[in-house]
Amino acid sequence: MIKNQGGTGVGKTSVEARQIAKHFGQGEAIVKALDNVSVEIGQGEFFTLLGPSGCGKTTLLRMIAGFESPTSGQILLDGADITPLPPNRRPVNTVFQSYALFPHLTVAQNIGFGLEMQGRPAAEVKDRVARMLALVKLEPMAGRKTSQLSGGQQQRVALARALAPTPKVLLLDEPLSALDLKLRKEMQIELKRLQTETGITFVFVTHDQEEALTMSDRIAVMSAGHLQQVGTAREIYNNPVNRFVASFIGESNFLPATLEAGKARLKAGGLVEVSGAKGQTGPITVAVRPEQVRIVAAGEPDALPATITNLVYFGTDTHCHVDLADGTEVVARLQSPATGDAGLERGGKVGLRFAPGAAQVLGD
Amino acid sequence: MATLEEEAEVQSRRNAWLLSAPALVVLFAAAAGPLIIVLIYSFLTPATYGNVEWIFSLEGWKGIVFQHDIFSDNLVLADANLVIFWRSVKLSFITTVLTFLVGFPTAWFIATRSPRARALWLFLITIPFWTNLLIRTFAINQIIRNEGVLNTLLLKVGVISEPIRLTYTDTALLIGMVYVYLPLMVLPLFATIDRFDMRLLEAGYDLYANRWQILRRIILPITRPGIIAGSILVFVPCLGAYVTPRILGGGKNMMIGNFIDLQFGQGQNWPLGSALSITLLIIVTIALLAYVRTIGGENRHG
Repeated sequence: MIKNQGGTGVGKTSVEARQIAKHFGQGEAIVKALDNVSVEIGQGEFFTLLGPSGCGKTTLLRMIAGFESPTSGQILLDGADITPLPPNRRPVNTVFQSYALFPHLTVAQNIGFGLEMQGRPAAEVKDRVARMLALVKLEPMAGRKTSQLSGGQQQRVALARALAPTPKVLLLDEPLSALDLKLRKEMQIELKRLQTETGITFVFVTHDQEEALTMSDRIAVMSAGHLQQVGTAREIYNNPVNRFVASFIGESNFLPATLEAGKARLKAGGLVEVSGAKGQTGPITVAVRPEQVRIVAAGEPDALPATITNLVYFGTDTHCHVDLADGTEVVARLQSPATGDAGLERGGKVGLRFAPGAAQVLGD
Repeated sequence: MATLEEEAEVQSRRNAWLLSAPALVVLFAAAAGPLIIVLIYSFLTPATYGNVEWIFSLEGWKGIVFQHDIFSDNLVLADANLVIFWRSVKLSFITTVLTFLVGFPTAWFIATRSPRARALWLFLITIPFWTNLLIRTFAINQIIRNEGVLNTLLLKVGVISEPIRLTYTDTALLIGMVYVYLPLMVLPLFATIDRFDMRLLEAGYDLYANRWQILRRIILPITRPGIIAGSILVFVPCLGAYVTPRILGGGKNMMIGNFIDLQFGQGQNWPLGSALSITLLIIVTIALLAYVRTIGGENRHG
C-alpha cells in the first residue's frame, strides 16, 4: 500500500477511497480496472488523477460520482460511507469530458438545472445562475442555446453547471482534452482560479502531465489499476518512486548501476552521489532528468566520459544526445546560448556531470 | 447573335424539360388530377344511381353537418355524421397515445441494443408490413372474437367465467389500429432516440434529477421531433382508416373512411362523399402544418 507522501495540509479529508477494487468479467477473462486503491483527498484540495488511458483513473472518478460501483471497498465523503448512494443523492458534481450540455436548454437553464432538481426556490436559482454566469464570464450568453457557443464557452458552461449547486467535490473528467492548446492553457489558469475562489475540492482526471503539474496541489499517478505514487508536483517530479513515474512525468535518463556504500557505481563506470536509496542491493536503476545533466570538457575530474551522437535544436534549449562508455544513451537538455553555438559538435568527446541531488535511485 | 455556348445552354435546358415531361405528366395525373376531380364533384348534384349531374350545388358540403329533416324538410344538425367525425378523431387520438405508450419503450429498447441486435429488432418490427393489411386485421379478429385465442385462454386459466365480447366494439377497433400502426410510431422514435446522447442521462443524474425528472425534463423534450413525427404518421392514416374499422368495428362503428365509402356506394351521394374527402384532407393538412410549425420553431431557436 502506498502512503500519502505529500501533506494534505492541515485540512480534513474530503473524499476517501478505501481499498477500492473494480473487476470486469469473470474467471479467466477477469480485468482488474482498479486493484486495491486507497487514497485520501483533502478538503479544498486540487487533486489530480494522472495516468495513461486505461489506467483506471476515470473508473475511480466515476465511482466517486456514483456511476460505477466498486467490486469491493468503500467511498467515503466527509467521513460518511456513500458507496451505496446513487449519483443524484451525492453532493458531488461532474464536468464531463464531452461536456454533456443539454441541447434543448439555454445556457442559463443548463446552469440552473441542478438547483431546480434540488427543489431550490425560483428566486434563489435565478440569483445563483446570475452569479455563476459572472464567475465564468458568460453573462452575455445567458439566453443562447449551447450549440451556439464555442468549445471554450461550452466548457465554461459545463463548469458553471457543475459548480452551481455548490457540490462538496467537483469531479473533472479530462475536461480540457477537446480544446486547442492556447485555449487549454487559458482554461488551466481559469480552473485554478475557480478552485481558489470557490474553495471546493477538485478531483481532476487527465493523461496530460503538464496539466497535472501546473494545476494540482497533489497528484496521484496511476498505472494498470494501481496507484503508483501520490504527492505534490515537486515530489513526484524530483523523487519519482519507480521507472513508470519517472518516465511518465517528464523525461528521464535511466542508468543501470549497483549500490556501493551509499553511492552508485554506474555500469558505464564512475561513482555518483545518489538519493532515494532504500537499502537495495544488486542492480539498480538511477534516473536523472535531462536538464540536470551538465556537459563539461572531456577529462575534467569526476566527469563521465561521453561522445556526442546528436544535437537537436528546440529554440529555448538544445538536446544533446551522448553515449557513455558502455553505450548507454543519455540526453542532456542545455539552455541554448545567445550566440547560438555552444561549441559542441557531433562526434565530439565531452564529460558528463549530474547536478547535486539529481541522481535518483528508483524503487523497482 | 447567340454564341455557340448560349445555344448549347438553351438546348440542354430544353432537353431537361423534355426528359422530365413524362414524370411530370404522371405526377400531375396521379396526384393533382384526382384531387381536382374530387373537389369539382363536391360542388355538383348527385345523380339517381351514383355518379353526378353537372349542376352546381352546395348540398354536398352542407351534408357534412346538416341533413334534411324527413318530415319538415328543414335543415337540422346531422348528429350521426358528427358522431362519426368525433369517433374518428377520438379513436385516432387514443390510438396515437397508445402507440406512443407502447412504441416509446420499444424504440428505446431497440436503440440501446448492440448494432447487430438492433438490425434484427428493426427487421422484426417491419415484418408485419409484408403481410396484407386485410389478412392481419382478420388475424386480430380471430384473436379477440368470443371463441378466439384470447378468450379461450382466459377462460381456461379461469381469469374470466364468460368470454369478453370484444368484436365490433371500439376496443376491438383500438386493438386493431394500435397493432397496425405501431411500426409507424416506433420507426421515427427509434431514429431520434438513436441520435440521443445517452451521456446526457448521466449529466442529469449527476445534477440531482430522479428517473422521472430525467424522462420529463431531458428525454422527452429532446426526442420531441420524433414523437411529433411518429404521432403524425399514426394519426393521419388512422383518421382515414377503412379496412380496420370495417372488419373489427362491424358496420356499426364507422369511421370517416367507411362513411365516405358509404356515400360512393350504397348512399349514392358522390358530392357528399367528395366533400367529406376534402374535409378529411383539410384536417390532415392542419395537423401537418402544426407539425411543420413546431419543428420550424425548434430550429429557429436551436
